[in-house]
Amino acid sequence: MTDTNTTAMEQSFWNEKKGIFSWIFTLDHKRIALLYLYAITAFFLVGMTLGFLMRLELIAPGQTIMEATTYNKVFTFHGVIMIFLVIIPSIPAVFGNFMLPIMLGTDDVALPRLNLFSWWLYIIGASMALLTLVYGPGSADTGWTFYAPYSVNTDTNVTLLLFAAFVLGFSSILTGLNFIVTIHRLRAPKMTWFKMPLFAWSLYATAWIQLLATPIVGITLLMVIAERTFGIGLFDPALGGDPVLYQHLFWIYSHPVVYVMILPAMGIISEILPTAAQRTIFGYKAIAISSMAIAFLGYFVWGHHMFTSGMSGEARVVFSFVTYLVAIPTAIKVFNWVATLYKGSIHMTPNLLWSTSFIFNFMIGGLTGLILGALSVDVHVHDTAYVVAHFHYTMFGGTIFVFFGAMHYWFPKIFGRMYNKRLSYISLTLTFIGFNVTYMAMLIVGGQGMPRRYYDYLPEFTTLNQISTVGSWVLVIGILMMIYNLVRSAKKGEIATANPWNGVTLEWQIPSPPPLHNFVKAPILSDKGPYDFSILDQVNRENLEN
Amino acid sequence: MFSNVSNFSNDVDYALAMIIGISLFFLVGLTLIMIYFMWRYDHKRNPKATDIEGHIGLEVLWTVVPTILVVMMFYWGYNGYLKMRTAPDDAIQIKATGQMWSWSFEYPNGRVTDTLVVPLDKAVKLDLFSKDVIHSLYIPAFRIKEDMVPGRDNWMWFIAQQEGTYNILCAEYCGDRHSYMISHVDVLPVEDYEKWYNAKEKKSDYPGLALLKSNACMSCHSVDGTRLVGPSFLGIWGRKEIIVLENGVEKEIAVEKEYLMRSLNEPNVEVVKTYSKGMMQSYKDVFTEEEKEQIIDYLKSLK
Repeated sequence: MTDTNTTAMEQSFWNEKKGIFSWIFTLDHKRIALLYLYAITAFFLVGMTLGFLMRLELIAPGQTIMEATTYNKVFTFHGVIMIFLVIIPSIPAVFGNFMLPIMLGTDDVALPRLNLFSWWLYIIGASMALLTLVYGPGSADTGWTFYAPYSVNTDTNVTLLLFAAFVLGFSSILTGLNFIVTIHRLRAPKMTWFKMPLFAWSLYATAWIQLLATPIVGITLLMVIAERTFGIGLFDPALGGDPVLYQHLFWIYSHPVVYVMILPAMGIISEILPTAAQRTIFGYKAIAISSMAIAFLGYFVWGHHMFTSGMSGEARVVFSFVTYLVAIPTAIKVFNWVATLYKGSIHMTPNLLWSTSFIFNFMIGGLTGLILGALSVDVHVHDTAYVVAHFHYTMFGGTIFVFFGAMHYWFPKIFGRMYNKRLSYISLTLTFIGFNVTYMAMLIVGGQGMPRRYYDYLPEFTTLNQISTVGSWVLVIGILMMIYNLVRSAKKGEIATANPWNGVTLEWQIPSPPPLHNFVKAPILSDKGPYDFSILDQVNRENLEN
Repeated sequence: MFSNVSNFSNDVDYALAMIIGISLFFLVGLTLIMIYFMWRYDHKRNPKATDIEGHIGLEVLWTVVPTILVVMMFYWGYNGYLKMRTAPDDAIQIKATGQMWSWSFEYPNGRVTDTLVVPLDKAVKLDLFSKDVIHSLYIPAFRIKEDMVPGRDNWMWFIAQQEGTYNILCAEYCGDRHSYMISHVDVLPVEDYEKWYNAKEKKSDYPGLALLKSNACMSCHSVDGTRLVGPSFLGIWGRKEIIVLENGVEKEIAVEKEYLMRSLNEPNVEVVKTYSKGMMQSYKDVFTEEEKEQIIDYLKSLK
C-alpha cells in the first residue's frame, strides 16, 4: 500500500513541475485551486483577526482598545475581506476548481487560460484592496455596503476600494462562465444532467448568478466612483441623485450573491452525507431542482434589505412574500439531507460532523431569516446586531463551516495525506461551541434593540456583549487548532489511500493526490446515478490496481 | 415581550413569538432526528445500508407544510405592518430631523427640542428628514424604525400606550459617532403634555444653555456629573484635569477660559486624559465669539 501511494505522490500534479512560475502561471485546475486556497486562507486569517479585535472592543462599554474611527475602518475591512476575498470565491474557486473537472470525468475546466486569468484578477483586486490601507487618505469607513451618500462624501479611500471590488467582480464572473461551459461541454460520456454529482449542480446554479448579477454591482460601483471623482449626481441628493436608487442597484447583486455563497456549500453537503452514510442521497432531483429554484427566486427578493428605506409599501409587501418563497426550496434541502442519514450505514468522520454542525447552524440561519422576512418584525430588528448574527449563521456557520468540512473531506485527496482525526474533533467542538456562543448572544442583544455597527453601547447590553466576546476567543482557538492540524498534516500526516471514506463519485476513483491529467483510465459510472454504492467494491478494486 | 408600550409592539411580539415557536419546533425536532439517525444507523448497529432514492409523498409533505407555514408567517408580518403604514389623519405631526450626530424635533407650534415629548394614547406622526447622510430613527421599545433619507420625506407613526422614557437610537451607520446618536422619547399623560406643549419656553438666565442644547453638546457632556463621551460640565470651571498634549506629554491644568476656548476651537488637540480624541467637531466657526462667551458663562454657573 505504502509503496503504491508514494508513487502516487511522485506522479501527482504536485511533482509534475517545480518552481514558483510552474504555479503562478499554471493552467492546471488543481494548482489554480490551491493558489486560491492559500490566498483565501491568508485573507481569512486577516478578516478573522479584525473580527476578533471588534469583539474585543465591544467587551465593555466605552473605549476599550481602539477609537471609533479605527473601529469603523476595521468593520469595513472585515466585511470587504470576508465577502469579496473569502466567501464569494471560497468554495467555487477552491473546491469547484479542484473537484468539478474530476467529478465530471474530464482533465481540466473548459477554458484553462481564462481560469488562470481569473486568479490573476483576484490577486490584482486583492492587492488593490490592501493598498487602500497604506496608500491615500486612510482606508474606507463606509461599511462593506458603501451606502450613498456617506460613501460619496467620506474623505477616506473609498474610490480605490470600490475599484478593487469591481476587479474582483470580474474574477467571479469569469469563473462562473468557465464552470457553465465546463458543465455543458465536458461531462463524461454517459453522464447525463441528472447523473451529475449534486456539487456540480450547485456550482451550475451558482455560476449563472455570478454571470448575470455581478455586472450590475460592477457598474454600480463605477457609478459611485464617477460621482466621487467627477461630481456626477447619481446617488447624492445634494447633487440631484437618489440614495435609495443606490440601495436597489447594490442589493440587486448583493442579495443573489448570498446564494453564490451558500449554494456551493449546500452542494458539498450533498456529497459528504451519502459517502458518510454509504447510501444514495434522498431526493436527488428535489435537491438539484431546488438549487435552481433558489438561484432563480434569489433574484427577486433584494428589496427585503430595504424594508425601512422608504420604498413604496406595495413593493415591501411583494418582496416579503417572495422572500418567504425562497424558504421552501431551502427547507426541502434540509429535509432531504436529514432523510439521507435514514437507514444508512454511518461512519463517523470529522467531515460528517462538520456537515451536521453546518445543518444545525444553517437551520438557525434560515429560521432567523423567517423572522426577518416578516414585515412588521423586520422593522424592529432591521439594522440591529440580530441581522449581523443572522448572516453570520448563514455565511460563517453555513458556508465557512462547509468550507472547513470540505477541507476535511477532500484533504486526503488533495494532499495525499491524512490529518490527525482526534485533533480535528477537538478543534471542531471548540469552533462549534465558540461560534454558537458568539452569535447566539449577538442574536439576542440585537432582538433587544442594539443597532449594528455600534462602536459603543448602552449599559443594558453589556452582559450579552461580554458573553459574545468570550465566545469569540473559543472560536478563534478552535479555528487556529484546525489550521495547525491541517498545515502540519499536509507535510507530515499519514499517507492516505485513494479512497479513505469509501466514496463512489469520480474523485475517489483516481489516486490521492491526482496525477496531472486526472484520469489514467476511464472512470466507472453507474447507471443509477452518482451515489450508487453497489459499485464501491469495483471502485476500490480498481484503485488497488492503479 | 408583550409590553404593549406602543400600538405596534404587541403585534410585532406576537408575530415574533409565533415564528420563534415554529422555528424551535423544527430546529429541535430535526436536530434530535439527526442525532438519533447518527446513533441508530451507525455502521456498527447497521452494517448494511438500504438505498432509498426518495419518497414522493414525503417530498410533497415537506413542500406543502413549509409553504403553508411561510404563508402564515407572511400574513402575520403583513398584518402588523399594514397598521404601521396607515396613519390616522388626526395624528400630531412632528418634524424629526437627523444630522451627524444628533436629533431634533419640531412641533406644530414651532417649538424645537432634542428629545421627543409625546402624549399618552394619542397618535403621533413623525415626518423624517436628514440633513446629511442616511440615519434611521429607531425606538426599540415601540418596535419601530424608519430611515431618514436625505432628499426624501419618509414618515412613521405610533401611539405611545405607557408613560415613561424610552431610548431613541440611530440604526443606520452614519459615521464616527453613530453609536452616540442617542435621544429619548418622554411619554406624558395628556394634561402634562398639554402643559409642556403650551408652556412658554422659559427664558433661561443663560443663553449659553440654549446654545449647548441646540448643538447636541448635551448628548456627550452631562450636567449632573455622569461620565459620557466627554467630561461632564458639572463643576468644570476651575476643575483640575490632566490633559494629554499633542506630543503625548501629560500635564495638569485648571479648566478656565483659555482651555475651554481651545476645546471649542480645536477640540482634538488637548484632550482630558481617559477621553478619546476625534469625537468632537470644531465649533470655531459655528459659534460667534459672543456665543462662546455665553457658553462659558453658563459653564461657570454649574457648580
